[in-house]
Amino acid sequence: MGDIPLPAPPPETQLDLYRWMVLTRTLDDRIMALWKQGRGVGGTFSGKGHEAIAVGAGLALGADDVVAPMHRDLGCYLVRGLTPERIVANQLGRITGVTAGRDANLHGMGDLELGIIGFVSHLPQSMSTAVGAAMSFTYRGEPRVAMAFAGDGSSSTGLFHEALNLAAVQRAPLVLVVENNQYAYSTPLSQQMAIDDIADRGAAHGVPATIVDGNNVEEVHSAALSAVAKARAGGGPTMIECKTMRMLGHAIHDGAEYVPAELLEHWRRRDPIDRYRKRLLKRGVIDDEGVSTIDKECADAVEAAVEFAESSEWPDPASVERGVYAP
Amino acid sequence: MTGANFGFAAPTAEAAGTEMTYIAAISEALREEMRRDGDVVVLGEDVGGSFGGAFKVTQGFADEFGDRRVMNMPMTENAFIGAATGMALMGLRPVVEVQFADFITTGFDAIVQFAATNHYRWGAAVPWVIRAPADGGISSGPFHSQNPEAWFVHTPGLKVVVPATPADAKGLLISAIRDDNPVVYFESKPLYRSLRGEVPEGDHTVPIGRARLARAGTDVAVVTYGAMVHQAVTAAQTLEADGIDVAVLDLRSLKPLDTEAVLELAVATGRVLVIHAANRLAGVGAEIAALIADEAFDRLDAPVRRIGGLDVPVPFSPPLEAAYRPDATRIADEVRALARW
Repeated sequence: MGDIPLPAPPPETQLDLYRWMVLTRTLDDRIMALWKQGRGVGGTFSGKGHEAIAVGAGLALGADDVVAPMHRDLGCYLVRGLTPERIVANQLGRITGVTAGRDANLHGMGDLELGIIGFVSHLPQSMSTAVGAAMSFTYRGEPRVAMAFAGDGSSSTGLFHEALNLAAVQRAPLVLVVENNQYAYSTPLSQQMAIDDIADRGAAHGVPATIVDGNNVEEVHSAALSAVAKARAGGGPTMIECKTMRMLGHAIHDGAEYVPAELLEHWRRRDPIDRYRKRLLKRGVIDDEGVSTIDKECADAVEAAVEFAESSEWPDPASVERGVYAP
Repeated sequence: MTGANFGFAAPTAEAAGTEMTYIAAISEALREEMRRDGDVVVLGEDVGGSFGGAFKVTQGFADEFGDRRVMNMPMTENAFIGAATGMALMGLRPVVEVQFADFITTGFDAIVQFAATNHYRWGAAVPWVIRAPADGGISSGPFHSQNPEAWFVHTPGLKVVVPATPADAKGLLISAIRDDNPVVYFESKPLYRSLRGEVPEGDHTVPIGRARLARAGTDVAVVTYGAMVHQAVTAAQTLEADGIDVAVLDLRSLKPLDTEAVLELAVATGRVLVIHAANRLAGVGAEIAALIADEAFDRLDAPVRRIGGLDVPVPFSPPLEAAYRPDATRIADEVRALARW
């Protein structure tokens, strides 16, 4: 994990990775602020600390690939092309949201035109779904890849093992990104599993697994690029375990007092965005002015999205029964 | 045949075809759809290779269509039903065999939480079919005899069909495969090889959501589905000697339910008996009885009666299972009581 320095990606890729992470964080922060101001609807989730994973992995996919992200992968939805407008409107239950008021916060934010499979709370259902998508690519001889996200919590379910096994048996072109963020709601890893690395669970099923620093966007991106290329070439599934930390509670209501302050402090010093900014400044890929410009562009985009969402119409109650079935 | 027809399709007026068993009709439907549409794939436990499924529905399929289209799955219903959803989202039309309907519970999340909700939540169609060999009466014990259809009827976003004849077995399976929604297709195991009938050749579809009048009659209406249709028709024949003219409505589709057909027959006869082999408590029959009470109460001459399985696990030993399960004798007794009301 980070022992051998990776060759830096091209400068435009570095800027892309950085820009998407800043947009993700800005949007995430703004959503949290909206809720604290009482302008939210229902509950919501923060992916703070997960930006390098969501963006680094998401940007490794091609336009024809599909991905099944979760509730902490805001950056992945963004890089696939969901606009901040549609995302905030979804969070506020408006007709202009991705699900037009049907599903909450980041749930259900699927759009097959963008290659995004909507997410369901029953983790890791999206994983077996992605395995099936990958199997359909093999069946049709299409050079496409499916990526699924799962967490440390869902890695203890039977379905996680069933889906990994199925992917291995079928040699499915699947990339599984496991976000090991140390906690499943309030339950620490030590009470979830008796192993140190979730990657070991891949070995049990013949799925090669690699462990990366989930707060190092280039490391995540590089591992994801390799896994995607291997899957596309017919090399079967790969698991990437990304070690990270959930920096806020499970959801907006949760103060996460059960997380030791020193643990959070340890990870705060390794914030994926701060680290990457320093690295890019040091490399001369960006300067202070460039940093400010990106900050301002992201803040403006998010502000416009909030305005758009808050001024959007509520769904018509008369439409409540519409859309249960495909016509 | 006595009695009015109430505008339903004529009973037993099937197009000329080939006589075959109920299970052969299922096989034929699947084979014809796979020949017609390369997007139709089959997956499940033991469905592939030379074996062709626990009941042999897909025997010979791997030879004809290849292992890539007829996929043996590891024992992981939750994962392979989820995978079928992923395939369906990508435009395939997977037909999943769960070896026994009893085992469908191991894939419950994949069906009711994910597949069923996608279209409502984010507009994504999930065109899969789950074939679930259900029903008992053949001493198969608590875990190979169940009729779990009510759980799925209770789930928004699913369609649920239960064919009772070889012709409907074919027509409903073809319709289910072509439907853009997830369809749970319950097969009646006791009918597999015991029931033969004319099956229209070629492109035979039966619209999902339309009941079939299995027998016309004016005095009492029996509303049922699956293997119980045949018990009801047998009972109706017995009751001719009593001078009771019994109509039998074969629902065929439980979700959507042909409420119009149910109500029309309830109004026409004023006396309704609802029957299913699944346990009666909170079963589909309760909803049908409630529908009739809500919509046709003032047209009834007697309370709606229900016969179903007892509220116990399906027992194994023949005398116990017979005590559990409705049959023609119990149906005839209940109809007599209704006619006397």
